[in-house]
Amino acid sequence: MVVEVALGVMALSLGVCAWRVVVGPSDADRVLAVDLGFVVVVCATALLAVRLRTPALLDLVLVATLVGFLTTVVLARLVAGRGR
Amino acid sequence: MSAAAVVDVVGQGLLLVGSLLVGTAALGLVRLPDVYARTNAATKAAALGLVVVLLGGVVLAPTAGSVLTLLVAIALQLFTVPIGGFEVAQAARLSAAPVTPLTHHDDLGLPREGDQRDEEQRDGEDEGGVQVDGQERGPA
Repeated sequence: MVVEVALGVMALSLGVCAWRVVVGPSDADRVLAVDLGFVVVVCATALLAVRLRTPALLDLVLVATLVGFLTTVVLARLVAGRGR
Repeated sequence: MSAAAVVDVVGQGLLLVGSLLVGTAALGLVRLPDVYARTNAATKAAALGLVVVLLGGVVLAPTAGSVLTLLVAIALQLFTVPIGGFEVAQAARLSAAPVTPLTHHDDLGLPREGDQRDEEQRDGEDEGGVQVDGQERGPA
């Protein structure tokens, strides 16, 4: 039951992130929203690993943590370079 | 209450608290006035929320291997998220994202188009005060 509620919160957060990507006044806002959306997806993956009792999904969490960091840094560099 | 039930309750409580922290980050993304404040919310709350959710996974995890995986993921998260948040905020400032007039202080000392304009900006600072300064820098 708790896990279902948490997954619902994740769904709402992901909706908020999508909204911010669409409206977000600056490009940095969009990068930030994509970053938060990725964190939300990683969180949902961990919750699903608990709910479905599938430890293989935890490896996905580990890899996604690394890839999410690379994504954020590369997109931030892209935004900074465009403004210069 | 048996030990297994206690572990179950603690783990599910951590999952709930972590997901609510991530929800708080999303709320900050809606309500805060400019991209810098949103950076603060999205990095701090989301990183803490993810770490707490993963700790809940550690408590509920069935095997030692998955506990190890989760602990490595938590450590990576704690190291990488501050760097990512800093990069995003600096990119926002370098690409001249609008600053809310509530902002009082700018260590980067932008805008960056030549020294002349920078001196004008400093004159404006002396005469105009903080509020005007924030608005002047916005569209630069």
